Amino acid sequence: MSEFAKVPGQVETKEAFGETTVVVDRGQIREACAYARDELGFTMLLDIVAADYLHWAGKGVSGYIGTPTGRDLNLPMTQGLQALPEPKPARFSLSYHLLALRQGAPRLRLQCWLEDGDEIASVVSVWPSADWLEREQYDLMGVRFQGHPNLARLLMDDDWEGHPLRKDYPIGGEPVRFSPAE
Amino acid sequence: MSTTVSRIGRTRRWPIVGDPVYEGTRIPARVPTVLDIPPHLRDVDDILQVNFGPNHPSTHGVLRLIVDLDGEEVVGLSAVIGYLHTGFEKNMEQKTWWKAITYPERIDYVGYQNNELVFVLAIEKLLELEIPEKATWMRMLLCELNRIHSHLVFLGTSALELGAISMFWYCFRERETILDLFELVAGQRMHTRYFQTGGIAEDIPGGFFPEARAFVEWMPRALDDYLTLLDRNKIWLERTRGIGRLSADDAIALGQTGPVLRASGVDWDLRRDQPYLAYEQVDFRIPVYTGGDVYDRYRVRMDEMAESVKIARQCLDRLERMEGEPWIADDRKVVLPPREELHTSMESLIHHFKIVTEGYRIPAGEVYVAVESPRGEAGCYVVSDGGPKPWRVHFRSPSFNALQATATCSQGALIADLIAIVGSLDAVMGDTDR
Repeated sequence: MSEFAKVPGQVETKEAFGETTVVVDRGQIREACAYARDELGFTMLLDIVAADYLHWAGKGVSGYIGTPTGRDLNLPMTQGLQALPEPKPARFSLSYHLLALRQGAPRLRLQCWLEDGDEIASVVSVWPSADWLEREQYDLMGVRFQGHPNLARLLMDDDWEGHPLRKDYPIGGEPVRFSPAE
Repeated sequence: MSTTVSRIGRTRRWPIVGDPVYEGTRIPARVPTVLDIPPHLRDVDDILQVNFGPNHPSTHGVLRLIVDLDGEEVVGLSAVIGYLHTGFEKNMEQKTWWKAITYPERIDYVGYQNNELVFVLAIEKLLELEIPEKATWMRMLLCELNRIHSHLVFLGTSALELGAISMFWYCFRERETILDLFELVAGQRMHTRYFQTGGIAEDIPGGFFPEARAFVEWMPRALDDYLTLLDRNKIWLERTRGIGRLSADDAIALGQTGPVLRASGVDWDLRRDQPYLAYEQVDFRIPVYTGGDVYDRYRVRMDEMAESVKIARQCLDRLERMEGEPWIADDRKVVLPPREELHTSMESLIHHFKIVTEGYRIPAGEVYVAVESPRGEAGCYVVSDGGPKPWRVHFRSPSFNALQATATCSQGALIADLIAIVGSLDAVMGDTDR
């Protein structure tokens, strides 16, 4: 545990399901990544992934229930749960999955928390492999990376509106256009 | 800066402030995935910009490369992806865990069985579910058959693109046999959905073992045939040797895994270094080559096929002795009850109904699971909120990362080499774009 205490901007270190997560202050992610690479030996950045926790642990529905604007399948299916999950510190989590190429294949997850519109420093200068990984998360989740040399959409069209993997991206059926009241 | 190569990986310091470039790297300086036209050529009128793809037979799917040519030489390159983006990750959030298992196979549609495995392993990690030994060995057998299948598709299409048309027919002959085996087991040639939470969906059918035995006995001879056809073929050697070089440091910096990494001299394979299923209990070798060119990537995959045959044979030895053993965990909250019980047991009927309609619930948490797919590390990051649907699913795709190396590998290449280089990175576009 103690080897992660010196990670720059470290907020807390968690162990769950045999995986280590170091939560890092988002202002110091670049320093934290450089430290993990140079001091802890995590030479490879495998993946960057954002998750949107909008409506997390909120009151949800079970099954596909319609609303006047269509069916919103983004809502959680928490009906009937014994306990709701713990609330999260911010709307978006951003996880960096690192791997050390040595005996035992140690892995590390660096995690930052962001609100909508927050920017975070790009780590392309630490790992070139972050290039497309960051572009993908920008494209699909709308996380903005400061200092990325080419932050453009990657998978969606250049003129696409919105970020499809967000939980407020409309999904799950068309709104009813002609109701009897009209 | 000196490089030290150890057996597993290396540690090295890069300058971190400013640019990512360290001494000796071939990774482009400004954007790691874009090859810029060098300054002395920018004002030359002869530079020809070619739009290569997205629908080109040699790009293995819908990959678009914008290539700047000075004569035949590639001086600028950028890859455009996303033509096969189908929103799998978003789709899976709308399905119950049980239904979502069908999706991962369609993401990497060539290494489908390994992709399905990684998602099922992620579910089982969250559930902390033990699976029966028979299921473990059957999963391993099918994953290795799938690895052979995937490398055969690579070999056949890569050789086809370089003009060795007959290779394609030979490779697809053996591929057909593998697909027949999958059909025998699961009823589907591809996208089997045979791996189920807790084990495998059905018991191994009668008649499978003799067929599979015949295949693993035949396959080494087929591999000899391929080597005879290709390995002393002058055209093949001249078109692959020394082409598309990628150094070990560049490969690590660009997040390369699997055969591409091993062809660059890094001895790394998750099956040995982070064993999952029962890989600790089988005997196999990890082929490593140091050239980092197209030829070495081809050699790594050829050797891997031979090793996969060895693993498959050991799996068969074990499985043949497991007649009558359970193939799926006995946990009625996540595993469908046996069909015949539905007529006699009220509880079974209720469990069946709940699992199929509402789905089973998975404890809240986040996990990242990785397996060695034919293309490298296939990872799956899942978040559960405790409900019956995944909150977030993300696939770490080896193809996506392999294509990030296209610009580095293509420096100084000729336009004709580009086809060999893209082929050797073995990217599946479904896996790249998800």
